[in-house]
Amino acid sequence: MSKNSLSTFDVAIIGGGPGGYVAAIRCAQLGLNTALVEKRKALGGTCLNVGCIPSKALLHTSEQYAFAKGHAADAGIEIGGEVSLNLDTVMKKKEKVVAQLTGGVDMLVKKRGITRFNGHGKLLGDGKIVIGDSEEISATHIILATGSAPVELPFMPFDGETIVSSDQAIAFDTVPESLVVIGGGAIGLELGSVWARYGSKVTVLEFLPHIAAGFDDDVSKFLERCFKKQGLDIHTNTKVTGAKEIDNKLHVTAERKGKEIAVPADKVLVSVGRKPYTESLGLENVGLSPDQRGFIEVDDHFKTSVPGIYAIGDIVRGPMLAHKAEEEGVALAELIAGKAGHVNYDVIPNVIYTEPEASSVGLTEAQANEKDVAINVGKFPLAANGRAIASDATEGLVKIVACAKTDKILGAQIVAKGASELISEVVTHMEYGGSAEDLGRTIHAHPTLSESVKEAGLAVSKTAIHSL
Amino acid sequence: MSIEVKIPTLGESITSGIIASWNVKDGDYVEKNQLLYELETDKITSEGLAEVAGVITLSTAEGDEVEIGQTIATIDESAGAPKTASSSASSSASKKEEEVDEEAEAEEDKAANLKPRSEAQSPAVRRIATEENIDPATVIGTGKAGRVTKGDMLKHQSSSPSPEPSASSTARTLRSSESEARAEPKTQTRKRLTPLRAKIAERLVAAQQEAAMLTTFNEADMSAIKALRARHQEAFVKKHGVKLGFMSLFVKAVVQALKQVPALNAQIDGDEIVQNHFYDIGIAVSTPKGLMVPVVHDCNQLSLAGIEQAIIDYAAKAREGKIKIEDLQGGVFTITNGGIFGSMLSTPILNAPQSGILGMHTIQDRPVAVNGQVEIRPMMYLAVSYDHRIVDGKEAVTFLVNVKQALEDPARLLLEV
Repeated sequence: MSKNSLSTFDVAIIGGGPGGYVAAIRCAQLGLNTALVEKRKALGGTCLNVGCIPSKALLHTSEQYAFAKGHAADAGIEIGGEVSLNLDTVMKKKEKVVAQLTGGVDMLVKKRGITRFNGHGKLLGDGKIVIGDSEEISATHIILATGSAPVELPFMPFDGETIVSSDQAIAFDTVPESLVVIGGGAIGLELGSVWARYGSKVTVLEFLPHIAAGFDDDVSKFLERCFKKQGLDIHTNTKVTGAKEIDNKLHVTAERKGKEIAVPADKVLVSVGRKPYTESLGLENVGLSPDQRGFIEVDDHFKTSVPGIYAIGDIVRGPMLAHKAEEEGVALAELIAGKAGHVNYDVIPNVIYTEPEASSVGLTEAQANEKDVAINVGKFPLAANGRAIASDATEGLVKIVACAKTDKILGAQIVAKGASELISEVVTHMEYGGSAEDLGRTIHAHPTLSESVKEAGLAVSKTAIHSL
Repeated sequence: MSIEVKIPTLGESITSGIIASWNVKDGDYVEKNQLLYELETDKITSEGLAEVAGVITLSTAEGDEVEIGQTIATIDESAGAPKTASSSASSSASKKEEEVDEEAEAEEDKAANLKPRSEAQSPAVRRIATEENIDPATVIGTGKAGRVTKGDMLKHQSSSPSPEPSASSTARTLRSSESEARAEPKTQTRKRLTPLRAKIAERLVAAQQEAAMLTTFNEADMSAIKALRARHQEAFVKKHGVKLGFMSLFVKAVVQALKQVPALNAQIDGDEIVQNHFYDIGIAVSTPKGLMVPVVHDCNQLSLAGIEQAIIDYAAKAREGKIKIEDLQGGVFTITNGGIFGSMLSTPILNAPQSGILGMHTIQDRPVAVNGQVEIRPMMYLAVSYDHRIVDGKEAVTFLVNVKQALEDPARLLLEV
C-alpha cells in the first residue's frame, strides 16, 4: 500500500452498529464524505446481529409456540395431535429476519455513497486508521462507535458451550433441559422467557433485591409475579458463587440469605451487564485512555480529549441502548456539519421485551423521592381496560410520575402487552414538557390499551374514569 | 458564512432581558441595519439591528428571556436575497419596489397564519387559559421551542389555583344561573409584569421603605410665567427653534433652589452623606411601557432652549422605546408633572437614592387675595417630597418657597436671587 493512494474522508466511523451506521447516514445526508469501518461482514452491530433483533424474533416465535401449546384451546382453536417444536425452523426464521435487516442497512449505506471498509479498524494517530493489517485511510473527524461486549464472571468464564453470553443464548441448537440465568435484567429476562416457553426449566438468579433494576419496586415486584406464573424460578438477593459438578451434573452454586443453593444447569446464561468494547482500537496511539470501567470520556458534544476524535454509544456515559446510540450518532453528525445536534437524555425510553413487556422513561417514583421532588403518582391497572380484557392482556399497569407543583410528567413505567409501543406517547408528551393532565385530556381511540396510559394520566389528579 | 446575532452589552447592571418582539421571521432575508428585534430589560427597551445582510435563522422566540451575550439568531451571509426581488421583470424601479413590498406582505400574512410556536397549546394549557382567563401568548413558555406548558400557566397565576368546585358551589352556580337576567360574570385578566414594570414597582416600594419620606406643599401664581411666555414665545421659537415651555423654567427654578438649599442635592450612601456639586435633573416621562426618568445633564449651564430641546429629544426617544441606560443614570433631583394629566395635587415618591422630587400640577384659575383684593389667578399647587433623614423641614420648605418665588417672578432667575 503506497502512501499516495491513501483515501481521505471528512468523517471516518469505526463501528457499524446503530450508533455508527446511523451517524454515517446522517453525515452523508449532510454532504460529508464518509467512511464506515466494521469488522463484521454485516452492518448493524450487536443490536441487529446478536442482540435486540434476533432476540425479538425468538420472543415472537416462542410466544406463538407457548400460545399454541398452552392457550390455543382457550381461544377455541383445537389442534389435532401434539404441538411440537421445530427449533431449526425457529432459528432459520430468526436468521432470515437478521439477514433482511442487515441487508437493508447495507443497501442504505451503499445508496448514500458511504465508503464501507470491512475489517478491524485501529487508530494510528494523525487522523489515520488502519483496517485489518493493510489498508490505511485518513479522516478529519473520527467517530468511535465500537459498542459493548457481555461482561464475564471472573470465577465462571464463558466457554461458548455451557457458560454462555447472549451471543450463544440466541442460537442454542437444542432446548436446554435446564437453564440458569445469572442476572435478572432485560437480557436475562427476555432470553429466560424464550427458553422457558420452549420448555426449559429456567432459574433466574439476581443479586439485587428485585429483578428489572431501574424500575420502581412495586413495578418490578409485579413483573416478578408475572414471570413466576409463567414458570420462571426467580431468586432475588442471591449471590452466585460458582459452578460445580454434583452427581455428574453441572450446578450453579449461590448464596441466598446465608444459605448455599445449587441449581442444576445444562446451560448457564451470564447476563450481568455489558462493558465498553475498545479492544485493539489503538487508543494508546492517540493518547486516549478509557476510565476504570472502560468508558471513553466525552463532553456534551461527544468530543474526546483528542481533537478530531469523538465517541458515541455504549462506549460513552449513559444507558447502553441502541436508540440512545442512534440519537447520539445523528446529533454528532449534525454537530460536525455545524448544526445544532442535541440528545435529550432525560427522556430515553427503556424496555424489557418479555410478556407482558415492561417499559419506562424518565424518573421513577423512588428517584423523584431521592431528589426531593414533590410528586403525584397516578396508576391504572390493565385489568380495568376493555381492550385488555377482550384480548387476554390484563396483566399490567401504567404508572405516571408527575411534579406536584407543575403537573409536568417526570416519568412513567408501563407493564403491559406492547408496553414498548405504549411508552412512546409518554415520551412525546415529556419531550414537549407535557403535564399529566395533558395526557389525560388527549383523546385516545377506544378500545385500546393506550387508554390505560390516559387513565393513569388522569389518576395523577385522582380523576381516572375507569378506576376508583 | 454565518454571523451570530448576540445580545449586546447594555449597561453594567443589565444581565438579561426579554425578546419583546421579533421584527423579522425565521428564514427572512434581512438587509444590513434592518431592525431585527426589540429587547426589553428591567431598565430600558432597546433595538437590535442586523450587522450584515443575509438569511436569518431565529433561535429564540418572542417572550424568551435572554442573557447579555447570548446568541439569539444567526444570519447566513452566503444566502442571497430572495429571487422575487431580482427576477422581477418590472421596468420601473419604484413599481418593482411596490411589488416586492406586496410580496413581502403576502408572505408575512402567510407566516402569521402558520405561526407554529405560539399556537401549539396543550389541552391543559387551553383549560387553564379559559378557566383563569390567561392569554397563553402573554406567558413565557419553557417547553420545546418556547411552548407554554401547564407549569408555565400555573406559575403565571399569582394566587393559588382555584380548587375544583365542590358539590355545594356547583349547586350554587346552578341556582344562580336559574335566576335569569344575571349580569355578565365578572372577569379578570392577568398579565405578567414586564421587567420594566417590575423594576418600577420594586424601586418605588424600596424608596417608600428606605427613606423617611415627607411632602411639603405650596402654590405658585403662574401669571408672570404665562405672561413671559406669551410675550416672548414668537421670538424664542424664531431664535431657538423650540417652544418655551413651563418645564425649562421649572428646571431653572429648581437649580437655583438647589443652590440655595444644597441639602436636597445630597443623598445618603450607607452611613455617609454624598453632596452633589452638579445639577443633573431627572424629568419623569410617561411612556407606553411605564414611567421613565431620563436625566438632563448640567442644567445649571444649559440655556432654557437647551433644556427644552433635551426634553423634546428624550420624549421622542421614550415614545420610540429607544431610551438608553446612560440616559437614565446620574440624576440628583427629579421633576414630575402630574399636571399634564390634570392632577390638582399629589405626593410624589422619591426616585431613590435622590433626596427630593418636585411635583408640578395642573394650572387652575382660582380666586386668590392679591393686595387685599380677590383676584382670579392661574394657580398651581407645588409639592416637594423629601428624605427627612437628611433634609430638615426648614430646608425643604425654604427650597419650595424658593421655587415658588422664582416662578412667580422669573426675573429672580436672571438675578440669581
